[in-house]
Amino acid sequence: MVPGKTTLPMMPLGRGARRKNSQLPRRSRRQPAETGRRFLDLRSGEVDIKHPKVRHETVLPVRAPNLTMQYPQVQINHHYARLWTGHDFYPQFPSFATCSKELKECSGHVFVDSVPEFCLPETELIDLSTVDVILISNYHCMMALPYITEHTGFTGTVYATEPTVQIGRLLMEELVNFIERVPKAQSASLWKNKDIQRLLPSPLKDAVEVSTWRRCYTMQEVNSALSKIQLVGYSQKIELFGAVQVTPLSSGYALGSSNWIIQSHYEKVSYVSGSSLLTTHPQPMDQTSLKNSDVLVLTGLTQIPTANPDGMVGEFCSNLALTVRNGGNVLVPCYPSGVIYDLLECLYQYIDSAGLSSIPFYFISPVANSSLEFSQIFAEWLCHNKQSKVYLPEPPFPHAELIQTNKLKHYPSIHGDFSNDFRQPCVVFTGHPSLRFGDVVHFMELWGKSSLNTVIFTEPDFSYLEALAPYQPLAMKCIYCPIDTRLNFIQVSKLLKEVQPLHVVCPEQYTQPPPAQSHRMDLMIDCQPPPMSYRRAEVLALPFKRRYEKIEIMPEPPPRPAQPTSGKKRKRVSDDVPDCQVLKPLLSGSIPVEQFVQTLEKHGFSDIKVEDTAKGHIVLLQEAETLIQIEEDSTHIICDNDEMLRVRLRDLVLKFLQKF
Amino acid sequence: MGAGQDVGRSCILVSIAGKNVMLDCGMHMGFNDDRRFPDFSYITQNGRLTDFLDCVIISHFHLDHCGALPYFSEMVGYDGPIYMTHPTQAICPILLEDYRKIAVDKKGEANFFTSQMIKDCMKKVVAVHLHQTVQVDDELEIKAYYAGHVLGAAMFQIKVGSESVVYTGDYNMTPDRHLGAAWVDKCRPSLLISESTYATTIRDSKRCRERDFLKKVHETVERGGKVLIPVFALGRAQELCILLETFWERMNLKVPIYFSTGLTEKANHYYKLFITWTNQKIRKTFVQRNMFEFKHIKAFDRAFADNPGPMVVFATPGMLHAGQSLQIFRKWAGNEKNMVIMPGYCVQGTVGHKILSGQRKLEMEGRQVLEVKMQVEYMSFSAHADAKGIMQLVGQAEPDSVLLVHGEAKKMEFLRQKIEQEFRVSCYMPANGETVTLPTSPSIPVGISLGLLKREMAQGLLPEAKKLRLLHGTLIMKDSSFRLVSSEQALKELGLAEHQLRFTCRVHLQDTRKEQEMALRVYSHLKSTLQGHCVQHLPDGSVTVESILIQAAAHSEDPGTKVLLVSWTYQDEELGSFLTALLKKGLPQTPS
Repeated sequence: MVPGKTTLPMMPLGRGARRKNSQLPRRSRRQPAETGRRFLDLRSGEVDIKHPKVRHETVLPVRAPNLTMQYPQVQINHHYARLWTGHDFYPQFPSFATCSKELKECSGHVFVDSVPEFCLPETELIDLSTVDVILISNYHCMMALPYITEHTGFTGTVYATEPTVQIGRLLMEELVNFIERVPKAQSASLWKNKDIQRLLPSPLKDAVEVSTWRRCYTMQEVNSALSKIQLVGYSQKIELFGAVQVTPLSSGYALGSSNWIIQSHYEKVSYVSGSSLLTTHPQPMDQTSLKNSDVLVLTGLTQIPTANPDGMVGEFCSNLALTVRNGGNVLVPCYPSGVIYDLLECLYQYIDSAGLSSIPFYFISPVANSSLEFSQIFAEWLCHNKQSKVYLPEPPFPHAELIQTNKLKHYPSIHGDFSNDFRQPCVVFTGHPSLRFGDVVHFMELWGKSSLNTVIFTEPDFSYLEALAPYQPLAMKCIYCPIDTRLNFIQVSKLLKEVQPLHVVCPEQYTQPPPAQSHRMDLMIDCQPPPMSYRRAEVLALPFKRRYEKIEIMPEPPPRPAQPTSGKKRKRVSDDVPDCQVLKPLLSGSIPVEQFVQTLEKHGFSDIKVEDTAKGHIVLLQEAETLIQIEEDSTHIICDNDEMLRVRLRDLVLKFLQKF
Repeated sequence: MGAGQDVGRSCILVSIAGKNVMLDCGMHMGFNDDRRFPDFSYITQNGRLTDFLDCVIISHFHLDHCGALPYFSEMVGYDGPIYMTHPTQAICPILLEDYRKIAVDKKGEANFFTSQMIKDCMKKVVAVHLHQTVQVDDELEIKAYYAGHVLGAAMFQIKVGSESVVYTGDYNMTPDRHLGAAWVDKCRPSLLISESTYATTIRDSKRCRERDFLKKVHETVERGGKVLIPVFALGRAQELCILLETFWERMNLKVPIYFSTGLTEKANHYYKLFITWTNQKIRKTFVQRNMFEFKHIKAFDRAFADNPGPMVVFATPGMLHAGQSLQIFRKWAGNEKNMVIMPGYCVQGTVGHKILSGQRKLEMEGRQVLEVKMQVEYMSFSAHADAKGIMQLVGQAEPDSVLLVHGEAKKMEFLRQKIEQEFRVSCYMPANGETVTLPTSPSIPVGISLGLLKREMAQGLLPEAKKLRLLHGTLIMKDSSFRLVSSEQALKELGLAEHQLRFTCRVHLQDTRKEQEMALRVYSHLKSTLQGHCVQHLPDGSVTVESILIQAAAHSEDPGTKVLLVSWTYQDEELGSFLTALLKKGLPQTPS
């Protein structure tokens, strides 16, 4: 089992954008469950693309977790198209604080006592009001959206798939609901003073940009933010200002999760975030469309590269069965959508054989019902197996049957019906996986004292040790089975071999083994040419050169411009200075002397004399006092100032040459 | 091949930029002979269909759009891709099986497609998402738009390069109780192929129609009559069920409502699972209440038809041409208390069409004559666009031309004129078997090298959108890519050497001054004459104008004559010949 996340590669982009100091807060055990005040930190990763005027190189100013890409454009209309992708979020907590009233101590650790706060995405480098488009990769990557659409002057469009929006809404709704249950106390702010923070013990003093942390948004803001989203389907080509085309592709990680292709007519950038090659419920990852990329931005790899999701699921089931058989309860802190569908499916197949059919499963979340219902209506976004079930017609997920047979029951909260139905031993799925708010806190308090009970961590976002810290000492068993289906390094190299991008761009952390496992050379990206890595606030120039731009030509040749040198128009030309902007074609080929002389004779030239030279020939027209030097790659006509003669000779020479 | 100045047997062959696409593959409900299916020999006389067709597209699951599909793919033989949306793919085989059962088991037809053929045919289907751009091959792409009409109905854009066709299938421009409105973006297709079932109708408000419908049903059951509503299992049925369900609930009515055929429950299940294809309202509330779970509507049993007392029965099929609806109709037709409400369009030749056109004595199978005493009502609940809706769609898509199908010739003619007048585009309405050829002016997209483009811009002329301009370059066509590059680059890429053509002209001038002085005079003369050109006097005594070299030399024989040698390349010809002409005129006298 992996002890804590600090051993993992740091990922400044994507959902896995975890910084070195992103440790979990510790919560005072003395705090009543629903009144604990904690910090959350909300992160984002984004791609920003814009079109400056003509530029030869694409510049990719990259800062972790923000990533800005400048897309050069030779278009006449200097439209701006800036894109943000992968709005990423995950809570992060400082684990320590000082100002006596704001700080609480528990088992030797100090915690900040405050209303939960969230860290916003980086906004200093970009004026969000100039961003035209935000691309959302998956529902975990949009939790910061209300902060951006409601409070930054952003007026652009947000693109996301329908499942992403619907499930994203559920995740936000749950979060808002959980936070609103916490009495509205003052935010702790004294500890954020730099001089004080500096003096705090390690996890707290390393917390980043604490001054920008905000309180949670409201449901009203969520609705307003979501109303700005334009729904898109996989492989839909979305034209942005006629300059860039963006296309979402299935990424195989979650319902409606997408990778994005951002392309102009001759350049292609792929943004790969939160992808999975495993067969779980979502539609498989679309790899073919990623081919021929000039640049592939790779992020959102697995948080736990050493854990095999299949093995973890097995471990999950056996630990669950063991506990329940011994008369204990199982608590599974989880998000209301995602891996829970797969877990329920596994349990559906497992419970009868394990003799668990009489054990009640409870799913407690303000959005439990919606989540279960929504999962059944997105057949088109599911893997083939599930899709074909709908044709029968049967619900794609077996949890419908679990509900029908009363094996799985769902409740909006622990209050109300649940308290009447509650039977032990049982299995409870509930949030929030950080153990800092939500109904999970109640069950931790209720079951923590008995060693019969087990808490099983499946969500990879939080270190379970950090999560448990404020509840220590605990008698209950703790099992860590992180299930992270996103790409691991072996899969990444397979993927890169398959799609062969010209250049790979990724966070620096992916280019070296994790600090705690520096011998594991396999835990890093290995590709040729080596990936270009970026760090926070770093500007990266991408080595791709623009060579072509698209225009349309008319099917008919243009009307020939009047030949100013043709005899009749000579007068006009001699009066006006000619416009030398008109380009004459280049010539190629060589002149065969004998044929040339014959042609000259045919056109009335007589008394022609040919002399051989070192490099070619000289043709002398003695009568006209004209000399023509012919070499392999050049012809030189030397004559008196007789324009008629010169033009005649020119035309005869041109007959032998190709024009370009 | 079908649906030309006719409703039924929709089947259209489109050849676009060398690609052949067949749109829909329907059957005709009015015929029981060969005319029932399209004549696929139109497509190709010799050779396999698979070689000739690039793909087949099915717009929605109604049999007049997909009924001939197993016959086409399995009996005539086609192995290429068949595209349709997910709900269509789910529901289509069920309706086909139903159709097969009626034809084979009930009517005893031989040489009909089998269940296995339906299965094999469906294996060739590729499901598409809304708005997904499906690349059929490197050049041909298709895209589905929401069409309303029935669950999963789609309009399709077929695109090859800059040419495109939009085929509407059947569509509805007004949202109803369970589906949304059709929508297409301003995709400016070369051709829009639109259905025109209600080409001349402008329907009154939906609310009125609904009120009217409910009133009629209510009155009939109040006086103890039975109401028969022939419907197709999927589509209007759900719409009317929702309508009656809410009415029954509001009025607290107890009269039973039945829905015939085992399909129904299944059908409602499809609606539940494909709820993302229904309208906004249903999608929003489905977690709290699924509109397709009916409280008042129960499954029908054949024996119920003889039950006394009022009842409302939804029975299939919708045009009274076979099956349960026809059976019930026969039982109830003799009683004037009863009522049959036809909520949709009926194809010529069906019982439905006959009673709607006023026929009251029907000749049934076996020379029986059925007298119709029951009230016959027609109410347009068909989810087709009316004239206004069709015009609206034409306005949305902005096509270069329009082609009308799936309608009656007379009505089409009216709409055709209206479209031509209003949008000033040509509008066609071919009959079955007729070919319409449309000229297109293709645009040719090419890649221009950035170097060439920048040189063009360096000339100071900023390109203007939508304005033609001339520029010199070399077009390299390689495989299917067209690239426009500068001549230099083209020569380099082709590995050719440039051939330099140079001219040198002797200009004789009477002048006794020295060569150097002469050159200086030439320099100052040209400098003042050719403003805006780069004129230079080089240390070796020669003068250059841009790249044109002028040297002064003494005449070998006549010391009073000086010779100016003007030398330039072919590319500078204009300027070179201009200069010689200018110099020939002589130099101005120096002011002394």
